[in-house]
Amino acid sequence: MADFRIPIGDSIEATIDFFVDNFAFITKAFAEVTENGIEILVSVMTFSHPIVLILLITALAYYLTKSYGLGVFTLLGLLLIWNMGLWDPTVSTLALVLISTLFAIIIGVPLGILASISTISYRIIMPILDFMQTMPAFVYLIPAIPFFGLGPVAAIFSTVIFSMPPAIRLTCLGIKQVPSELVEAADAFGSSKAQKLFKLQLPIATPTIMAGINQTIMLALSMVVIAAMIGAKGLGGEVWKAIQRLQPGRGFEAGIGIVIVAIILDRIMQRVGGKSKPAV
Amino acid sequence: MNHKIEVKNLYKIFGHQPERGIKMIEEGRSKDDIMLETKLGVGVANASFYVKEGEILVVMGLSGSGKSTLVRCINRLIDPTAGQVIVDGTDVVTLDEEGLRKFRQKHFGMVFQNFALFPHRTVVQNAEYGLEIQGMDPEERKEKAMQSLEQVGLKGWEDSYPSQLSGGMQQRVGLARALALDADIMLMDEAFSALDPLIRRDMQDELLSLQDKVQKTIVFISHDLDEALKLGDRIVLMKDGFIVQEGTAEEILTAPANDYVAKFVEEVDMSKVLTAESVMIKPVAQAHSETDGPRAALRKMEHAGISSIFVRKEKKLFGIVTATDAAEAAERGERSLEKIMIQNFHRVSPDTSANDLFPLLAETSFPLAVVDENDRLKGVIIKGSLLAKLSEKRLKEKELI
Repeated sequence: MADFRIPIGDSIEATIDFFVDNFAFITKAFAEVTENGIEILVSVMTFSHPIVLILLITALAYYLTKSYGLGVFTLLGLLLIWNMGLWDPTVSTLALVLISTLFAIIIGVPLGILASISTISYRIIMPILDFMQTMPAFVYLIPAIPFFGLGPVAAIFSTVIFSMPPAIRLTCLGIKQVPSELVEAADAFGSSKAQKLFKLQLPIATPTIMAGINQTIMLALSMVVIAAMIGAKGLGGEVWKAIQRLQPGRGFEAGIGIVIVAIILDRIMQRVGGKSKPAV
Repeated sequence: MNHKIEVKNLYKIFGHQPERGIKMIEEGRSKDDIMLETKLGVGVANASFYVKEGEILVVMGLSGSGKSTLVRCINRLIDPTAGQVIVDGTDVVTLDEEGLRKFRQKHFGMVFQNFALFPHRTVVQNAEYGLEIQGMDPEERKEKAMQSLEQVGLKGWEDSYPSQLSGGMQQRVGLARALALDADIMLMDEAFSALDPLIRRDMQDELLSLQDKVQKTIVFISHDLDEALKLGDRIVLMKDGFIVQEGTAEEILTAPANDYVAKFVEEVDMSKVLTAESVMIKPVAQAHSETDGPRAALRKMEHAGISSIFVRKEKKLFGIVTATDAAEAAERGERSLEKIMIQNFHRVSPDTSANDLFPLLAETSFPLAVVDENDRLKGVIIKGSLLAKLSEKRLKEKELI
């Protein structure tokens, strides 16, 4: 029994090696472009004095939620982060989360729509999602390195994979939950599939899709922190440094920063999702 | 009148390899039988009927009788297993996806039991949905939608959301949405069943007066005999996927095709407890054999707008005279009604049950005379008035409950 080992690991490694040998030049090029993009985004966000961006984010949070409480919390929370000297890592974490979420939505929502309208794709996509979600997040970090090199792009790659499942799942769920009589009515008046999708199914599924995107953002945030291990900077990087140098105080400060960012993002997304809920 | 819709040998069998079911139905097996043996569900079995242009056809049956499946086969929300649905000479069953879409846009408006309004759209946006997907420009479709909202009495509500309206008003939106299309056929699936009785009656009245104006061909699904009697120019009665009878309200009430129909009519029929006295109407005119001749009788009939008149003699009912006979007698110059008097009509006592009146009405062209023990005329019963009284009484009783 011990003599024979099914070569699962070996074959995965061989497959990855094959892809790295033949396609890494593409992914590396992509990595370069994306990395430049991230740098530009970060430098734009840090171009002005931190207080300007803090006020902007506060105003945006208030504008989107119309909640004084959240506005005050955002202002104080971000000022605290600035005060702790964590402003630059926070900005780069935000940039990573934004970009990863954007990719996750661009890929995830169409996949969710596809899964909702075609049974075959549903049956293919759902087991893959189960696999993606139960696989420990750290594992995604390993193959990301040979393709994208150490750094933020590898972090974004593994973050997108880790955070995409809720966007797919809840988009699919939201569309499937549209009452069948409404779909029947749309059919009865002679709607095409696209008209049905854009005029009925997506609008009604929006609150569910927004809930999925909210989860995606939260997962992205947690993954971006973990991805510090492969060279993503940001708040996760601060935590990672604190672990290596055994500085519990510094570690907690960075941890608090992450919590503040998470609360702000979560509350904003919840309100945005709730507001677009149709009057039922 | 043309046959707007013609359904020929339509089958809908649910399940795997549905063709097996068709064969079993042809062999005369029942729905339950087929279910037990093959796990196939019979939705519609060998249905053939037609709908004339501009009429309201009510498809009636208990739940599970296949009536909703049948109406969905007409616009192919459900694909029939076999058979033809011919609308204006086109077999809907053979249309491809694109053709079907265009055909639905042009010909079918549909109203649903639970309204099926789009919750994220305002009332007017709901009403213009059908036109919007046809690509009509926004100004024009809004105008049309507003017109149809006005027709159903919802002017001023156009910017509300469906959830802000009552059930009756929501269904008016559903009606407006179907009317705005200008489709020539309206499919109404238990359109008023979810409404409470008073509102339902209003909606029925409104549908009838709308129908006078718009003259659509309407297929109306209902499980309610009253509704069928009130709305239907003709009625198709279904059971277990089969059509068991087809005809006018009177044909179904007076000559039930089989026990099921009889039971259906009886079960939902208050006529058992109603008597001749409670459904009779006052005779609008009577002739007196002592004083009236053919000319006077004719004049009385013309005045009252009736085609036959009961004649009294010494306070007792004596006979009946038709307008045609009276006119001929007057030509011949006769003075008395005696010669043209007909004795061959039905006399019933005031306590005869309404159920027994139907067969009598079916076999005669004269009104029934309701007489007391002294043979005095108390009232008359004509077909129309019997049905009208019946449904009126039943509605009243429903409201009391």
